[in-house]
Amino acid sequence: MLDIRNLQVRADDKDILKGIDLHVNAGEVHAIMGPNGSGKSTLARALSGHPEYAVTGGEVTFEGKDLLAMDPDERAREGVFMAFQYPVEIAGVNNANFLKAALNAKRKHNGQPELDAYEFISLVKEKSKLLEIDDSMLKRAVNEGFSGGEKKRNEIFQLALLEPRLAILDETDSGLDIDALKLVSAGVNAMRSPDRAFIVVTHYQRLLAYIVPDYVHVLSGGKIVKSGGKELALELEAKGYGWIDAA
Amino acid sequence: MGIIFMSFSEAVQHHPDLVKKYLGSVVPHTDNFFAALNSAVFSDGSFVYVPKGVRCPMELSTYFRINAKDTGQFERTLIIADEGSSVSYLEGCTAPMRDENQLHAAVVELVAHDDATIKYSTIQNWYPGDKEGKGGIYNFVTKRGLCQGRRSKITWTQVETGSAITWKYPGCILQGDGSIGEFYSVATTNNWQQADTGTKMVHVGKNTRSTIVSKGISAGHGQNTYRGLVRIGKNAKNARNYSQCDSLLIGDKCGAHTFPYLEIRNTSAKVEHEASTSKIGEDQIFYCRQRGLPLEDAINMIVSGFCKEVFRELPMEFAVEAQKLLSVSLEGSVG
Repeated sequence: MLDIRNLQVRADDKDILKGIDLHVNAGEVHAIMGPNGSGKSTLARALSGHPEYAVTGGEVTFEGKDLLAMDPDERAREGVFMAFQYPVEIAGVNNANFLKAALNAKRKHNGQPELDAYEFISLVKEKSKLLEIDDSMLKRAVNEGFSGGEKKRNEIFQLALLEPRLAILDETDSGLDIDALKLVSAGVNAMRSPDRAFIVVTHYQRLLAYIVPDYVHVLSGGKIVKSGGKELALELEAKGYGWIDAA
Repeated sequence: MGIIFMSFSEAVQHHPDLVKKYLGSVVPHTDNFFAALNSAVFSDGSFVYVPKGVRCPMELSTYFRINAKDTGQFERTLIIADEGSSVSYLEGCTAPMRDENQLHAAVVELVAHDDATIKYSTIQNWYPGDKEGKGGIYNFVTKRGLCQGRRSKITWTQVETGSAITWKYPGCILQGDGSIGEFYSVATTNNWQQADTGTKMVHVGKNTRSTIVSKGISAGHGQNTYRGLVRIGKNAKNARNYSQCDSLLIGDKCGAHTFPYLEIRNTSAKVEHEASTSKIGEDQIFYCRQRGLPLEDAINMIVSGFCKEVFRELPMEFAVEAQKLLSVSLEGSVG
């Protein structure tokens, strides 16, 4: 599904990713771990086409298409979703209207009819239960005045609505208490399916206790320095990142 | 119901007493250069009279158009709401594309008696000129409302997307005790447009209140100025004003300017002014795009959110139209 070859990315006049190779198949969950500043979030943002992250080398193909040639919105409509580490507030824009516009942009792209208000509301009702999204969160402006936990739940709620092929979670666990973490993880696990892949970027093992990955990759100095199964996360938790750098 | 709504030329024939009594009573011909020009040459316009105690059950709406080349247009609007009456009036305006500039110098006068309410909404879409700034309307308009009666209320709502140059300051003279003036404005300037707009709230009576919400959006080489006066007179005890002026910049060649004038001559007044200027958030645009919205849709969505407090003052169907107009006028502003 996703093929990353020798990806190099520059941001803030610094080379951050220095040659990433990663192959992700449908149905798989890949965790990207690593110390602060290792380039984890850069990888997530570069894949989603953030304008401040310039790709200086390498190739990325998604479902056989050149992902790097696409605009960010085109990538999204093709099925790449990123849950933001810091979800953005948009004053005056009703959350439900925003979600409906996003969903219909994608449906239009896929040649499906756009949902009318009634169909949209039924869909929202169905998807909002698991993440405990209440009416007031839909009526407020996008992320405005949301608590940290509400913002992250809103991200995963969007993931559930938009049903992407590839979901990238950028430090979704940061700033979450244990109850919110469980809720968000349950939302993600409900979305796991044989034709959907996840890339889970996280600093801590604790998220991976709830979202159990198939593969764990450790980033350090802009490169993947170690890959393994889910037990690698536990080993990192026990020994710290210093163990990898020393190895 | 006795509501009179007709063209000025008809009103002069059928209701000469009303016309004589009120014409020029709020904006005299000596007011300013363009008001004098209008007073000298105007030939028609619209006239509304709502009798005592009558609540006009529907929106009154007029539409102005400038068709002729190399011309000026000088219409006048006069709206009188008698005691305890209310009316909502909306005007729209467009003009076809011309390479030469045209002048629009209108005068609008509103009079609200005791307990009367006038809601006046404008969607101004005069031809703004082309991408290089060639052609377009010079929109130099004098609009003023007199809250003559006690507890009377006048609300101006304007969406300004057109014209090459706009100078326009719809104001309220809050003469009656307890009267209320409101001004809600969205002004966009793209390409080489200039908008210098705002309001004048003149507090004369006691316990008068005014609210000003101004949203300026500048794109291309557009220049957007908020210029507003809040004057609290000597006898205007317990007057209150709240002003909020927000500017949004799209791109790095446009400008936003804010000139609030505050003249306070009574120490019991409470006057608040808030202002903000920001560039449209790159992070907001990226967030929308990451959810699949094309760039222009993302900008439209963020801009309409920015204008929400003003749009919700418009009659429902016009709010939808205003939003569409805004997206048309900002077309090609980023890319």
